Amino acid sequence: MLGLGYIVLVTLVAILAPVLTAISGWTPYEFDQTAIDPNLGGMPIGPWGGVSAEHWFGVEPGSGRDIFARIVYGARVSMSIALSATALTTVLGVSLGLVAGYFGGRVDLVISRVMDFLMAFPALIFMIAVLSALPAGNRSTLLVVVISVFGWPYLARIVRGQTMSLAQREFVEAARAAGASGTRIVFREILPNLRSTIIVMATLAVPGYVGTEAGLSFLGVGVVPPEPSWGQMIAASVKWYAVDPAYFVFPGVCLFLLVLSFTVLGDRLRAVVDAQEGR
Amino acid sequence: MPRFLITRVASGLGVLLLVCLFTYLIFFALSPDPAVQICGKNCTPEVIDQIRGNLGLDQPFWTQFFHFVVGIFAGRTYGEGAGAVECAAPCLGYSFQSSQAVWDMIIQRLPVSATIAVGAAVLWLLAGLAGGLLSAVKEGTFLDRFTTGLTLTSMSIPNYVLALVLQYVLVVKLQWLPFPQAVAFADDPGQWFANFVMPWIVLAVGYAAAYTRLTRANVLDVLRENYVRTAYAKGLAQPLVWRRHALRPALTPIVTIFGMDFAGLLGGALITETVFGINGVGKMAADSIARNDQPVIMGVTLLAGFLVVVGNIVVDVVYTAIDPRVRVNA
Repeated sequence: MLGLGYIVLVTLVAILAPVLTAISGWTPYEFDQTAIDPNLGGMPIGPWGGVSAEHWFGVEPGSGRDIFARIVYGARVSMSIALSATALTTVLGVSLGLVAGYFGGRVDLVISRVMDFLMAFPALIFMIAVLSALPAGNRSTLLVVVISVFGWPYLARIVRGQTMSLAQREFVEAARAAGASGTRIVFREILPNLRSTIIVMATLAVPGYVGTEAGLSFLGVGVVPPEPSWGQMIAASVKWYAVDPAYFVFPGVCLFLLVLSFTVLGDRLRAVVDAQEGR
Repeated sequence: MPRFLITRVASGLGVLLLVCLFTYLIFFALSPDPAVQICGKNCTPEVIDQIRGNLGLDQPFWTQFFHFVVGIFAGRTYGEGAGAVECAAPCLGYSFQSSQAVWDMIIQRLPVSATIAVGAAVLWLLAGLAGGLLSAVKEGTFLDRFTTGLTLTSMSIPNYVLALVLQYVLVVKLQWLPFPQAVAFADDPGQWFANFVMPWIVLAVGYAAAYTRLTRANVLDVLRENYVRTAYAKGLAQPLVWRRHALRPALTPIVTIFGMDFAGLLGGALITETVFGINGVGKMAADSIARNDQPVIMGVTLLAGFLVVVGNIVVDVVYTAIDPRVRVNA
């Protein structure tokens, strides 16, 4: 329940980012030279990385940018990328899994081979290779596409297996006898039976993608600065961890809680579905 | 057995060729001007022209690719005359930024990456198997629920966040561990060990959690099998049933996953090495991203692909030895 609450909170924060920064008074791109101490190499003034009524989560050492504003806008990046990637992987994974499982034969052989190939790969390093080779144009879209290309086989494999067993059932046979076309059987008869599996798999995929986006941004091939992202903020804080721990604590805790919330939610959903199916 | 091995190796080689092709495509067909990218930030038009000529970028794609693949096995020379650059086999490319063959750069750093991978693997195997078995034995108790909660939490901490927290708490605040210094094992074993403790833990935590869950689920599944019930019905005591009948089938799938995970890590733990500033293959790749030194990224990608394919084959061979159900007749 707490987890669901946090997910809702982050979603709201992401949607309302401009409103929240209007209230807090700082945008994520503004430099505040008065909040940092030039004599100490740009350390934030005040305890906890410069937490004050002016800067709720403190400021970035060196630049004085408001951390609250950057967290809030970073939530937008995290959520939009993770959710779009989940949507795209689900569409790809479900349709390819259904097609492979229902039609079998050569179609299945080709799709299964591609899945094996993609899953046998150190996906992270390949994503890095692709992202670093491509020009840094629209990185958010690129991230979604790259994550999805490597992500769909995990869902497709399960959908394929379940489709194969569902295709043997009487109701499918009945539909076929009634003269329904292959497409109709796949989407009208089989797909609805996969609903709970798909929901669980999609929920469990989200934390992975949140982490992947943050990891890629951490490594410098994700979201391009100055656009803020949690992973990128943590990467920037590595140089300051010994003197200004608050700088990594804020984005670190936000990221950890978001991943944890989605993981717990997915785990609970799976337990519920398993219990229903074992009935 | 040999026949099975031959088919596996053949298909592995096929996959590797595809990996080469994709990597080459990514770097030389997708990017608008590879020569400019390879050259890096501080570059002059003359150097770009030289690189373009050296790499044969004016030739058709398949010719370029052919030279690249041949280079891996036989080595190659980039360019002609005074500007020529020698790259001995296995030539995975040449970093024009650091004037070194990518293979030499990898070989220098591989031992460090292997040290991290092996240490972490030992840690996560021990923790994962122990945690999973304990959780399964005590199914439904407080201990089981506690372990489940702990695994969910551990899986959710991004490892770079954990790395920063550990470094801050153990090194800066409590001063239980010294600041990392580059030392050889023979010079100062204490410092050497202290350097690697945190990377091992950070790398192992996520895997340990996943293995705990996997072990628990597998053991509980097997315990529901008919043959386990039969064993109990024969009057065997619980420890004997576990040892003789439950553990082996429950733990064999873990061998597969372990082989894959370990092979994936040998190519360098990018994030862990970067956070701790350990000069392994992973950090080299991460630094190359920052400098846009593409031949190095490409070389590491190829190495990682190679290790995974080899890992796959090794796992298959080991599997036929330990799991009688998949033993092949040959």
